[in-house]
Amino acid sequence: MAYSTPTQDMPGKIREVTIGTGDTAVTVGGETALPFHGFEGDTPNKPAIAIEIQDIAPSNWPEALTKEYGDSVNDPAAWAKKAAELGADIVALHLAGADPNNGDKSPDEAAEVIKAVADATDLPIMVLGCGNAEKDAEVLKKAAEVGQDKRIVIGPATQDNYKAVAGAALGYRQNVIGTTPIDVNLAKQLNILLGNLGVPEDMVLMDPSTGGQSLGYGLEYSYSVMERDRLAALQSNDEVMQLPIICNVTREVWKAKEVKTSEADAPEWGDQDKRGILWEAITALSMLVAGANVLIMRHPESIKLVKSAIDELY
Amino acid sequence: MSVALTGLEIFKQLPKTNCGDCGVPTCLAFAMKLAQAAAELGECPHVTEAAVAALSEASAPPIRGVEIGSGDSKFKVGEELVMFRHEKTFYNNPGYGLQLSTSMDDAVVDTKLAEAKASQFERVGQLLKADCIAVKNDSGDAAAFAALSAKALAATGFPLILMSDDPDAIKTAIDAPGVKDSHPLLYAATDSNHEAMTAIAKEADLPLVVKVESGSLEDLSALTEKVAAAGIKDIVLDPGSRNAADTHKNLVHVRRSALKSGHKPLGYPVITFPCEETDNELLETMYASLYTMKYGGIMVMSGLEAWKVLPLTVLRQNIFTDPQRPMQVDEGMYPINNPTADSPVILTTNFSLTYFMVTGEVEASKVPTWIAIMDAEGMSVLTAWAAGKFVPDRIAKFIKRSGMAEKVNHNSLIIPGYVAQMSGELEDELNGDWKIQVGSREATDLTVFLRDWSAA
Repeated sequence: MAYSTPTQDMPGKIREVTIGTGDTAVTVGGETALPFHGFEGDTPNKPAIAIEIQDIAPSNWPEALTKEYGDSVNDPAAWAKKAAELGADIVALHLAGADPNNGDKSPDEAAEVIKAVADATDLPIMVLGCGNAEKDAEVLKKAAEVGQDKRIVIGPATQDNYKAVAGAALGYRQNVIGTTPIDVNLAKQLNILLGNLGVPEDMVLMDPSTGGQSLGYGLEYSYSVMERDRLAALQSNDEVMQLPIICNVTREVWKAKEVKTSEADAPEWGDQDKRGILWEAITALSMLVAGANVLIMRHPESIKLVKSAIDELY
Repeated sequence: MSVALTGLEIFKQLPKTNCGDCGVPTCLAFAMKLAQAAAELGECPHVTEAAVAALSEASAPPIRGVEIGSGDSKFKVGEELVMFRHEKTFYNNPGYGLQLSTSMDDAVVDTKLAEAKASQFERVGQLLKADCIAVKNDSGDAAAFAALSAKALAATGFPLILMSDDPDAIKTAIDAPGVKDSHPLLYAATDSNHEAMTAIAKEADLPLVVKVESGSLEDLSALTEKVAAAGIKDIVLDPGSRNAADTHKNLVHVRRSALKSGHKPLGYPVITFPCEETDNELLETMYASLYTMKYGGIMVMSGLEAWKVLPLTVLRQNIFTDPQRPMQVDEGMYPINNPTADSPVILTTNFSLTYFMVTGEVEASKVPTWIAIMDAEGMSVLTAWAAGKFVPDRIAKFIKRSGMAEKVNHNSLIIPGYVAQMSGELEDELNGDWKIQVGSREATDLTVFLRDWSAA
């Protein structure tokens, strides 16, 4: 029985989205094959890694993580520089302090931080809201304005605030993240709604995983929904689904008890540092395998590992 | 697990006499039952041997299941039917192996064996652990190889993979104490030794790896055909690639050949060697993760320390969960942050993701809390409510059997915000013994809710 290589041609193609401007601009998407399937299609752009920083010092990050950033966590500009040194493609500024339950900082205060970060680094910038739909509509509008001509990313735009957030992105020609709960049809619906608002497809990143997932905590749901999203885009050539995917790997991972518990408290789990690094890196890799084009990450060693894997597999 | 044959394909092989001796009036009806796996071929007393052979050949799984080991520690790889887990499910957990070699110091061997054995964890009702030990004969000393194999088996009870190009060394190791009965996997039949290796595997009735150096699936396919023709059924493939990009490509192509092209010579599980693809033990674990998701059967590692095995086996548990049957946690009262009789009680369902999200947020809140997890057949809150599994009369029965009333000295019960509409009915169902409080809709809002909470 003669062997012949079972190649699978995909009729679809993921759209390219460019983040930032000038020499440091990052383009993602453009592939005509499943992730890491460069042997049977085009994969012109490697996935990009955004390193997450915050407007306020994080209160709930485990020490295993904060020790990597030292004092820079108290100063977003210094933190942004640190992120650049660590090899970030994008700096993702999470406006945690805008949360009405966590400081309730105003849009103007957010604007100051965004400016400081933009002055500190040439890298493309992503501004992530606090997750409160109403508040995000206000601060992300401001972010779009402050980031004028820098082609930043703002998000999340959700079912509840997409008109305001995407409207702001459209007004200032910024990219926008459309975030939906883990469901193929909801993702598709939000893409259509954004399209109906007049947002061009090359300005949208889709986040089909409710803004976060972790190994051991429902990873398989995001994984399979993303695989289905990618097959719809590439195999079924569904144009509405042909947008690059962004995944926030950080938020759920660094809450997991497998990451936070010290070796002294759980000797059976072994070295806490390596365990935590792998927890984030394996979550990240699984999201890449499922179809992610942009990852938001935190731990420097996890980021190195994921970059090594990407370099090897591309 | 077998590939579905259509009723008509089966019907062609039946006697077509409509005798009814199988308990079904016609051969066609019997064939239809067979196709749905609602009957067995043996129920027809008149079926010919030729038909049995033809049907079992045609219904053989596209990827053969291969068992390695014996007794409690035995595991089976292969028998996968889909490329993507959402299409149906991934069935057999791939195995993680520890590589030992005859050139290692005794102390190193002892440490590695102890680590591998100690790396086990209980999670969502499953025991997570590594699976096997690959013993490599790289000193060429058959006696040392046999001794190390016997030692690894005695120390861990894990199934073995006996690795040597030398058929005589393999034979010596099989004869070491306990080794043959432990049903090891033999590694490997190659272009130069396959006749001798096949003879050994056949005589000892053991599974055999077929390996090419070239990384070429065409070469591998040709060699596998020879080994299969010599009568070996339990085959594991090693395409020989030793870098992650080529290994990933080969894994995709092997799975596709077997499932989509029906190419039988590649219809076997694949063994991979992340330990030989990098010297970085973290990166090695990343490659093992990739092969867990994308079609690896066995991943051989340089070490099986707990910090490696925990994330790998949790990933495997996630990916090999049946998408139609969500993981469930046991019903009961879960104490979080050392609750007392004055602490709040949160009610939710036993869908594992719900459980993880709620416990995670409550832990982060640092508020001492009881989480009452009710068996709702593993459904999430809204799904269970819509399906009638998380409704007032059932919840009332759960509250009685949970012993909730003995845990706290108040009578306030917090229900998920998504089922706020049932609060009145639930209070009635509980004869006013409990006051229902409506919690947040999303777990992420629980911290604020709990910090402001007071009993009704």
